[in-house]
Amino acid sequence: MDPTGMDLTGAAYWLPIVWAVLAATAIFIYVVLDGFDLGLGMLFLAEPDKKHRNIMVQTIAPVWDGNETWMIFGGAALYGVFPNAYATILPALYLPVLIMLFALIIRGVAFEFRSRMHTQQAQNLWDIGFCGGSLVASLMQGIILGTLVSGIRIEDNKFAGSSFDWLAPFPIFCGLAVACGYALLGATWLIWRTASDLQTTMRKWAGILSVAMLVMIAAVSAWTPALHVTYMQHWTTWPRILYVAPVPVAVIALAILMLQALRGKTSRRIPFFCALGWFFLSFSGLGINIWPYIVPPSMTIWQASSPPASQKFLLAGTVFLLPLILAYTAYAYHVFRGTVNEHSESYH
Amino acid sequence: MTGADAIFLARLQFAFTVGFHIVFPAFSIGLAAFLAVLEGLWLKTDKQVYLDLFHYWLRAFSIVFGMGVVSGLVMSYEFGTNWAQFSQKAGPILGPLLGYEVMTAFFLEAGFLGIMLFGMNKVGKKLHFFATCVVSLGTLISMSWILSSNSWMQTPRGYSIEPGTGRFIPQDWWAIVFNPSFPFRLVHMALAAFLSVAFIVGGVGAWHLLRARRAGRQPTEAVRVMFSMAMWMAALVGPLQILAGDAHGLNTLKYQPAKIAAMEGDWDSEGYAPELLFGIPDMKNETTHYKIAIPYAGSLILTHSLSGKVPGLKDYPKDQRAPSYVVFFSFRIMIALGMLMAATGLFSLWLRRKGTLWSNPLLLRTALILTPAGFIALLCGWVTTEVGRQPFTVYGLLRTADSASPVPGASIATTLAIFVVLYVIVFTSGISILLRGFAEEPHRDQAGPDARQPQRAASMASAISDTAASGHTGSANPGSGE
Ligand code: HDD
Ligand code: HEM
Ligand code: HEM
Repeated sequence: MDPTGMDLTGAAYWLPIVWAVLAATAIFIYVVLDGFDLGLGMLFLAEPDKKHRNIMVQTIAPVWDGNETWMIFGGAALYGVFPNAYATILPALYLPVLIMLFALIIRGVAFEFRSRMHTQQAQNLWDIGFCGGSLVASLMQGIILGTLVSGIRIEDNKFAGSSFDWLAPFPIFCGLAVACGYALLGATWLIWRTASDLQTTMRKWAGILSVAMLVMIAAVSAWTPALHVTYMQHWTTWPRILYVAPVPVAVIALAILMLQALRGKTSRRIPFFCALGWFFLSFSGLGINIWPYIVPPSMTIWQASSPPASQKFLLAGTVFLLPLILAYTAYAYHVFRGTVNEHSESYH
Repeated sequence: MTGADAIFLARLQFAFTVGFHIVFPAFSIGLAAFLAVLEGLWLKTDKQVYLDLFHYWLRAFSIVFGMGVVSGLVMSYEFGTNWAQFSQKAGPILGPLLGYEVMTAFFLEAGFLGIMLFGMNKVGKKLHFFATCVVSLGTLISMSWILSSNSWMQTPRGYSIEPGTGRFIPQDWWAIVFNPSFPFRLVHMALAAFLSVAFIVGGVGAWHLLRARRAGRQPTEAVRVMFSMAMWMAALVGPLQILAGDAHGLNTLKYQPAKIAAMEGDWDSEGYAPELLFGIPDMKNETTHYKIAIPYAGSLILTHSLSGKVPGLKDYPKDQRAPSYVVFFSFRIMIALGMLMAATGLFSLWLRRKGTLWSNPLLLRTALILTPAGFIALLCGWVTTEVGRQPFTVYGLLRTADSASPVPGASIATTLAIFVVLYVIVFTSGISILLRGFAEEPHRDQAGPDARQPQRAASMASAISDTAASGHTGSANPGSGE
């Protein structure tokens, strides 16, 4: 079942597949890592206690830069490996991409600036920036995803739609879903990393957000197949249904686990990993849906690819470097492990 | 809005955002190296003053680095938002280079930054020093990759052009990475970063020395040490930069002679050419007005011989000439500042011998005035390089006009306006935080950055021990000073 009629053993066929898997992995890592720190940002203003806010920030201060680097990696990989997709998606989604970047700038500097302010008002202003920036960036990421899934018009290898194609019900709903999911990741991360009052508040938030997220997963799952015939076929034709059928079952299993963990006050990690599980399932469901397109409905990963010489050159290094990166990133998390509270050593 | 306007806006936006970005990485490159040296000296000599200086500059580093990251994130998507056609064609070559930059540099910096900033008490001294060195190494690796990319756009090698699509297909990665202008640009840029930071450190030091003098008290040891270190750098790197710049210019003459013609404001190619100190290039009438020239110097500088032939703009068709009235001036500002900085460095050597390094008012005032000089020269250098290669994005092969994205001018204008507002806010806040930090005199048991409530608990303790331990009478109150 080869849509391009290419030589199935040639590098031009398998390199894009390898890269599609690698790129999907990188995006997933980004979603997880930056997801919880954007989510933490969104919950920031919901927590009025200044001491608690400082603890929240302290749980991510040593790692947020690394989290954001995965996004830079995503951009660079797309540019080098799937340049046609890079050159189509970014102009097509020009406004949401730039709004997202603006939001990330504000939130990134707010992070550094807030604690250096002299007056309470100035600090409050940057706190709002931190929260608002996180919210807007999350919404835009969801909108970008939603627009991509609903399809981008291409003519002549170039984007041919309008500047506001993304302002449609499905993308906006995806924006809300992603923001809600990130907030859940943030809340469950804080359950893991903090204690006492703050943890109790976050358990409450996690409960509310879990329910909201379940509803949104269901809604998006029902909505997506209605967007394109090919998506519908993935859910109804044999044997593809085999891949997608276990997804809803697993989502429900995780939901049960999550609610139990939130109710019993003991387990601190399980909620975070349940939330991760939901993300993983939604993400793979999405991947199965759009495969082998990178810009649905018309550009496949093969059409988007750079020549094999480029993909090979980058792959040669990636094979060694990616495991190394994962190893020292894990080490950095390890150094700053443990529960953070008012009395824990202020990092300096 | 016409296509030409949209392209102009896209260029303006790109230039504005990259011009903003470059300042912070250059700052990080220089400062990270300085921090590694300070920590190394501390470990070796066990002198408190080096640790104090390390903490003092580490606080600035966390701000500068953060601003470098957020403005860099923008850059990595702007190739696609602003230059989609360029990305499609040159992506196969430049994309993998950027990919390697992320994997060999950005992750490395990010992975060890947390430990460098906050990990001193968690991992032990040796490992902490290792983290500092890794971050510094990361900034240098990052600089190398991005300059390789940029140099490839100036002097492309190792590619073939795919018929039909016009894509650049990589043929020889070694030739791509080590293209002819890369080594020159790398050295020149690295020196620029070191020199810029030397003058920041020197300027802050000079200010505290002047203040102590006015107050009639002794400056702290930390201030003297940092001023002295900065002046050593200026004395060494300043003259080196002139040599590196000269070599770079010769390389440009060889590979991009049209750029040299624009930089020099020369219209006719000739031997025994003068060097213009001043003039106003006029693209329309093909002449340069109000010339002030040194006879023969042009040939001498560019070809190292009196009779050497230098290129003129008239050698090139009108649609291949870079706007001389921009690069003529940016180039001269860079050179003038470079000379001034080198002279300051040499002057400091002389005063050092006389023993008045820390008290000579002329040196201190010059160093204070020249605080931003490195960054201004650096920006002027980039304007020269980038504007001078117009009207091409890939020199001689791909025109700027054929590089743009299909994005309407109105969208670009709107986002450009937002960028300007946002960057002005971010820049002024960042600078004022830095300045507030610099207003505090580095003192004994200096506090470093704090992830939670910076400098509250930590510097309360240090303020007490500071007043107890040394006769420090600094005006800033470290407890609230940050
Ligand atoms: C790796 C690529 C790269 C790098 C490192 C830089 N630039 Fe650049 N620059 C470009 C890639 C580029 C470009 C994409 O190729 C542009 C856009 C349009 C063009 O002609 O070149 C450009 C244009 C461009 C222009 C507009 C030229 C004109 O309109 O005539 C200016 C003023 C600058 N840049 C300035 C800078 C500065 C100050 C930089 C340093 C920090 C810099 N660029 C680094
Ligand atoms: C248009 C071109 C550029 C792009 C796409 C770009 C991209 C980026 C990105 C994404 C970052 C953040 C990395 C992190 O998370 O640590 C960054 C930082 C950095 N950039 Fe750039 N950059 C560009 C121009 C330059 C130039 C011209 C230089 C210098 C020669 C440079 C040197 C650096 C360095 C050393 C850092 C790390 C230090 C820091 O983050 O402050 N970059 N760049
Ligand atoms: C007085 C001595 C100097 C000379 C002769 C000199 C020469 C040059 C030349 C010829 C170029 C253009 C390269 C091109 O055509 O692409 C250049 C670019 C540049 N200069 Fe200088 N320069 C000097 C001083 C400085 C100083 C003091 C700084 C900064 C502190 C600086 C920073 C830069 C930068 C950042 C660039 C752009 C990057 C590059 O192309 O290397 N220069 N310089």
